[in-house]
Amino acid sequence: MLKLLGEYLILMFSVFKRPDKGPVFRRQLMIEFIGLGVDSFGIVAIISVFTGAIVAIQTAYNIDSPLIPLSMVGFTTRQMVILEFSPTIISLILAGKVGSRIASEIGTMRVTEQIDALRVMGVNPANYLILPKITASMLFNPVLITFSIFLGIFGGWGACVITNLVTSTDFVEGLRGWFEPFTVTYAMIKTVVFAFIISSVSGFLGYSVQGGSIEVGRASTKAVVYSSILIIFFDLILTQLLLI
Amino acid sequence: MIHLNNIQKSFGDRLVLDDIDTCFEKGKTNLIIGQSGSGKTVLMKCCIGLIDPDAGEIVYDNRQFSNQSDRRKQDIRKEMGVLFQGGALFDSFTVEQNIMFPLNMFTSMSLEEKLDRVNFCLQRVNLVNVNKLFPSEISGGMMKRVAIARAISNNPRYLFCDEPNSGLDPKTAELIDALISEITEEYDITTVVNTHDMNSVLQIGQKITFLYNGKLWWEGDKNTILDTDNPELRDFVFSTELTRRIKR
Ligand SMILES: Nc1ncnc2c1ncn2[C@@H]1O[C@H](COP(=O)(O)OP(=O)(O)O)[C@@H](O)[C@H]1O
Ligand SMILES: [Mg+2]
Repeated sequence: MLKLLGEYLILMFSVFKRPDKGPVFRRQLMIEFIGLGVDSFGIVAIISVFTGAIVAIQTAYNIDSPLIPLSMVGFTTRQMVILEFSPTIISLILAGKVGSRIASEIGTMRVTEQIDALRVMGVNPANYLILPKITASMLFNPVLITFSIFLGIFGGWGACVITNLVTSTDFVEGLRGWFEPFTVTYAMIKTVVFAFIISSVSGFLGYSVQGGSIEVGRASTKAVVYSSILIIFFDLILTQLLLI
Repeated sequence: MIHLNNIQKSFGDRLVLDDIDTCFEKGKTNLIIGQSGSGKTVLMKCCIGLIDPDAGEIVYDNRQFSNQSDRRKQDIRKEMGVLFQGGALFDSFTVEQNIMFPLNMFTSMSLEEKLDRVNFCLQRVNLVNVNKLFPSEISGGMMKRVAIARAISNNPRYLFCDEPNSGLDPKTAELIDALISEITEEYDITTVVNTHDMNSVLQIGQKITFLYNGKLWWEGDKNTILDTDNPELRDFVFSTELTRRIKR
């Protein structure tokens, strides 16, 4: 375990170097924005709308005291979506989607000697392959999560209106009350940290593959498992640090 | 001319290269032969700096290569072309972008010059109209040829080929071998080829180094190899029905 951590740190050390060729890096970055970011809008949209709806319905269902105003449903949905559902759940989904993709892409390049080929052509492969992925994830995931927050809240509102559990007016009233801008900052910090975890851990696992296609498959599974565990773990740490 | 002086390499406690001392000559196709697992790939990877030998040195035309900083190695790497066993073409790039890659990295040519060079290299390996195709869209033999085109695109002085004709049909394999030896003579470069294919050995073996269990067991050329009385080499040479029939 410690050995793995050491290898990870050594790799990160060679990842975070200034790219030799700026234009090459920018081109790779654009490719990753599309591959890792834009291509994820679909799944993020679906998951967000549904989790938002579920949170709203469950909250409404749990409020049976007449003393609690129904506008609390709007408030709770907003808080839950911003604090936890969008940054954490969506990051976990992305760990599955993006993490396995990164690990298998880089792992395949390793076993087919493309990484060796890069090295003999004078490229630092760790920097060339992994840095654009980390950069793209850290820049683009906040966009995805913001998008997810809006859709999650929209999903909650839609569910309340459609099921008639809460009126639109009540929901929106709760939505607008007691808003603490720091919750958004907190969500964004989590998102960026999780993005780094997903892309760097998956990149590392792909990069250190030895063997053939079986090991590539294994690395891509490990990428999902390890990033998910680390996300939950850092979720706890960041929550302790930032909210309390 | 590349000199290998007393190269040693182990993985764990397994000695994979044991005191290899030889040289590869300019303008010739130098073959490294031996059974699978005898250490050919490891030796070649030492030469191109992907594996650091535990002991010994590698000298390119009087320029020290082993144990140098990456920056120093870079100067010699600019002069190398490498054909990896599976071709190692970049999947996400077209044929044209693949061949252009070393030019992007090592030269400051304009796009037009680079495209000219790409087309020249593709013609040299007898391929046309494949510029915009991806590696997944071409056949195995074509991939090898594109990989050769990429290896020669930056006018290398040293060309390394790891099992250039593995996985190809005999006819295509022969074409690839012929291409490598033509290029070697035409540009007077130092070429090193790993192979376990006796056909290649007899076709292009101008200097042959036989590895046996990580040791340099025999050296010679395609004319002397059939008359050898080294038992391990005879075993290797006459391991196929075809060569056994030649012997008779
Ligand atoms: N990275 C490595 N780690 C451990 N052992 C290795 C490594 N690379 C090669 N070997 C071992 O070195 C020996 C020689 O391998 P190789 O040079 O690939 O043989 P070949 O002559 O078939 O190319 C093999 O027994 C292989 O298992
Ligand atoms: Mg080999």
